[in-house]
Amino acid sequence: MKIAIFIEKNPVTGKLREVTEELSAKASALVEPFGGEVVGMFAGDELPVNCTDLFSSGLNRLITFREKRLRDSHPIAIKNVIEKMILSEDPDIVLFGATSLGREVAPLISSSLKAGLTADCTHLYIDDFKDKGKILYQVRPAFGGNILATIISPDSRPVMSTVREGVMKVPEEMTKNEIRSEDFEMSLQDNWFINDLLKILPKDKKVNFNRSDIIVAGGAGVGTKENFKLLSDLADMLGAELGGSRAAVDSGYIDKSRQIGQTGAVVRPKLYIAFGISGSIQHRAGMDESSKIIAVNSDPKAPIFDISHFGIVEDMKTVIPVMMRYLKEDLNG
Amino acid sequence: MKKIIVMVKQVPDTANVTGESMKEDGTVNRAALPAIFNPEDLNALEMALEIKNLTGAEVTVITMGPPKAVDILKHSLYMGADKVYLISDRKFAGSDTLATSYVLSEAIKFLGKYDLYLAGRQAIDGDTAQVGPQVAEKLDLNIISYVQNLIEIRDERIVVEKDSDVQTEVISGRIPLLMTVTSDANDPRYPNSLNMLKHFRSELQTDIPDENKSRYEKNGWVIPVLTIDDLGIDPDKCGLGGSPTKVHKIKSIVLKGGDFTLFENNAGGVMGLVKEIVKDYSGEN
Repeated sequence: MKIAIFIEKNPVTGKLREVTEELSAKASALVEPFGGEVVGMFAGDELPVNCTDLFSSGLNRLITFREKRLRDSHPIAIKNVIEKMILSEDPDIVLFGATSLGREVAPLISSSLKAGLTADCTHLYIDDFKDKGKILYQVRPAFGGNILATIISPDSRPVMSTVREGVMKVPEEMTKNEIRSEDFEMSLQDNWFINDLLKILPKDKKVNFNRSDIIVAGGAGVGTKENFKLLSDLADMLGAELGGSRAAVDSGYIDKSRQIGQTGAVVRPKLYIAFGISGSIQHRAGMDESSKIIAVNSDPKAPIFDISHFGIVEDMKTVIPVMMRYLKEDLNG
Repeated sequence: MKKIIVMVKQVPDTANVTGESMKEDGTVNRAALPAIFNPEDLNALEMALEIKNLTGAEVTVITMGPPKAVDILKHSLYMGADKVYLISDRKFAGSDTLATSYVLSEAIKFLGKYDLYLAGRQAIDGDTAQVGPQVAEKLDLNIISYVQNLIEIRDERIVVEKDSDVQTEVISGRIPLLMTVTSDANDPRYPNSLNMLKHFRSELQTDIPDENKSRYEKNGWVIPVLTIDDLGIDPDKCGLGGSPTKVHKIKSIVLKGGDFTLFENNAGGVMGLVKEIVKDYSGEN
């Protein structure tokens, strides 16, 4: 079995996108029982600086194509290079990170190869299917997160999937593979570079929720931007990361980079404290694996209580000041 | 910029699941969800209409779906679209993104060439964001996905901001071009009362009785319907048969119950919560 993965560089840091290492580890676990290899495919100007780390997280071989015009993201050029690599390697499965580039390049390739593509998978496994032998089963939330669908592409070669960042875990102990890298050769066409990148605007630094033990999050029930400041004070006090539901983002209380849920980040902290979050399925899809969930909501019927371990039915404006006072005593004493 | 086409979709309102659309077992009754205009497709249409205001371009809207999707086509007319088409055939049922992009791209080829092709970034029932790029590939078009701001239009070029998750890119794209538009791009306008007066009688051509045909045509109240036969496309590439991805099984998400402690809403209760918080506080981070 051969699984190819799309290697993506973070243009801001020059390092690998984190999802790339997650894909490598997952692909390695998928091929392990059957024997086979995990092949990385990279198209860009310079390799990510920590690229060889991939050989410690499951990668067997890396195929690279480097050209300075690929410094800026030109999806059509990248699509054509990666597609040619796929045709030359003929993998069973191709995995992409569900990043903005991955979600643009993967459908372009799937259309051209007429290959089945499943977006935003949260779980992948291999099993028998009728007379097709071992195939990939792709599990993903659909219908606004209200259902989990298992998708298969039994007649497609390759089978393609995109995987959200932070969903697949990288095991701590992995075998270090030998570093094997090879250059890919092809010529680029000028009409693949039809757009011009005029300017890059910085974005709020991406929040790494997976490094925090505690997340303090707010929803529409927080009510105002000023109230949201209370949450941020509490988060500061706890050294916690601040997050919000989609409703909080839509109301302008918090930046989109801090959105938690199906269309935002998927988090699993030790402790998740939800203020004024009703707990829609979309939101729960991003946080229901937290070890401990505390909910504060003035609506006793809010579905967030159904998945919480501890809760208070009360307005967060009333709770937070009292909470901070007790916390100060507890933490200092 | 002379001609713009916008691809839109009618979707179940998956974002607002109310008690009425929940089944007793805690799962969602999908059939009970209201059908709405896919939110980011409204942003795509709004962008098309803004460009129409700037350049006088003609805006065409197409949707693939069942006859009831006429509702979003009428809404598009009310907002200011010039032409709308329903792409509809029983054989389209069960299409995955690849089959859908085949049908849409063939429908667009049938209708003609455009300068700008717009779609919402993704639809809220599947959240795949695949159909836009797949249509671009099939029509051999230039593409910019995740457009969050329209900056300016200069002759053969359009300047936009693209959300590339770790950074924002200002890109000048050459037309003909397909763009997928995010909810940050604009605030979609409300239906305009003059357009409503003009189009409230508009109906699908298949729903208009023969004796009324000429009157409807004279008034511009006919919404054309295009089928597999009209488009002359390969039925094997549409619907379930044309879809390489198959739904193997579906599991409804059920609210998971577990140990839950509700504290009183008083100082003692908050103190109880604080004790739970402190257990997880390591003092670092």
